[in-house]
Amino acid sequence: MPAEAAVETSRLRKRYGAVQALRGVDLRIEAGSVFGLLGPNGAGKTTAVRILTTLLRPDEGSARVMGFDVVRDAAKVRQEIGLAGQYAAVDENLTGAENLEMVGRLYHLPRGDSRARARELLASFDLVAAGDRLVRTYSGGMRRRLDLAAALVARPPVLFLDEPTTGLDIRSRIGLWDAIEALVSEGTTVLLTTQYLDEADRLADRIAVIDQGLVIAEGTSEQLKAKFGGERLEIHLCDSGYGEQAVVALSPIASDRPFLEDGTVRVPVAERRGTIASAVRRLDDAGIAIDDISVSTPTLDDVFLNLTGRPAEPAPDEAEAQAG
Amino acid sequence: MTALHYGISDTLVLAKRSLLRIPRQPDLLVGFTIQPVLFVLLFVYVFGGAIRTPGYSYVDFLMPGIIVQSIVFGGFVTALGLADDLKKGLMDRFRSLPMTRSALLTGRTLGDVVTNVFQLAVMLGVGLAVGFRFSSSVGEIVAGIALLLLIGYAFSWVFAFIGLSSSSPEASNAYGFTILFPVTFVSSAFVPVASMPGWLQPVAEHNPFTRMVNAARALFLGIPAGNNIWLAVVWTLGIIAVFAPLSAWRYRRVVAR
Repeated sequence: MPAEAAVETSRLRKRYGAVQALRGVDLRIEAGSVFGLLGPNGAGKTTAVRILTTLLRPDEGSARVMGFDVVRDAAKVRQEIGLAGQYAAVDENLTGAENLEMVGRLYHLPRGDSRARARELLASFDLVAAGDRLVRTYSGGMRRRLDLAAALVARPPVLFLDEPTTGLDIRSRIGLWDAIEALVSEGTTVLLTTQYLDEADRLADRIAVIDQGLVIAEGTSEQLKAKFGGERLEIHLCDSGYGEQAVVALSPIASDRPFLEDGTVRVPVAERRGTIASAVRRLDDAGIAIDDISVSTPTLDDVFLNLTGRPAEPAPDEAEAQAG
Repeated sequence: MTALHYGISDTLVLAKRSLLRIPRQPDLLVGFTIQPVLFVLLFVYVFGGAIRTPGYSYVDFLMPGIIVQSIVFGGFVTALGLADDLKKGLMDRFRSLPMTRSALLTGRTLGDVVTNVFQLAVMLGVGLAVGFRFSSSVGEIVAGIALLLLIGYAFSWVFAFIGLSSSSPEASNAYGFTILFPVTFVSSAFVPVASMPGWLQPVAEHNPFTRMVNAARALFLGIPAGNNIWLAVVWTLGIIAVFAPLSAWRYRRVVAR
């Protein structure tokens, strides 16, 4: 029996002047799941989030959040959602605690409850010591954590996280991932947009890949990777003249045809475990000397290259429209 | 809980936010205390000696005018604040909350009223220290102060519109000052209109600032008001009637940059 959808869109379209930001997007997010919207800058991710959070009206199509239409019942939708954006939308001239209390009051929580909830969230986001300091003294990672905390003040059933870790260093990213995972275990439905495959991979139950305003692939992380971006062995030979022979020698362990690129042998493989050892053995048997060998995990670029035949670089004007 | 109750509560929450910002940003505090005070001192002691104001001392002539000017610019806190909310993405957060939609604007403009009261107290204090004297009844003085606060409130809405329409806090500052600043000077605020060149006099005469300044002067100095007071009130209410809906319309359409 299918669970009820927390978020559902139907043929969403939005254009900014000449740029088609969304060209008919259909999404369905089951309640209690984490959905990753993966795509490069300018793909339409932020536009989709802005429509779902009632900040923008779609030109065509419709969207429902917790059963409420984002245009007709916008006020009801706002009761059900929390939004953490790419900017860390917190007031620099307030303290962390004041920020959270203000948001609580604007969700119409009573004063005492807002205060208690602020303290609770500061504790769970490791900001207790900084809670009474002005936010302008916070680091980037602290601001993002506070921003995420602000999105959670009213315990909304649906959470929109628009590139929550863009621009953060790896430690802060991991800290934020832990926080998001803890939320999900409490049953919150999350729509996460990201440019990072590893982020979607780690957090999302299902992923939709979006490009130029269209969903071009959808599935679990395993399904997508198996289909579009398997892992690859990369081998530098001591003498690149043996490239063709290496391709022949490695074909039996490849999941797809090995190929030569800039003197490097690239071998798509289905299974990471044991591949380096068996590749080394086979090349050794064939008498081909190896300079360097490594396994590269698929990146968004690989998935994109496979899906679209071009790298995941946005055209500059699309990135502009997205930001605007 | 009614929508009205929520509207008031949201407005107060956001007015408080707007006010908390001021002591924490010393440059803002400088902007609307020290700067107008310097203007008073400059005009009284530097330019004042060269300006003829038949019938009154220059400091009496000047104070109502310079108070109108400084209270008009008190609203720039709103322009800066809104432009900053847009730039930092806070606008998206507010617009995604179930709060009363207009509260961000009503909260900011209400916050400005409080800062305007403070500013007015500073200006009157300085004025009295450099020799300004009221020569009207207590009732007229109170009416004059009320009119000044109403003028300040009206221009907060003008600045709200500027803040929501400009691309950055810096740009909103530039718009505000390059448009409004000269307009306040081509009025009766600093010199008698009769001392201007003939072609400029009608412009100054019909400038709403002239009405507002003349009304404040009449109420503080006890001179005949003519129709200056009611014209000033009409202008002020007219500005609110135009710029409050215009700002609300802009606010519904803006998205963070």
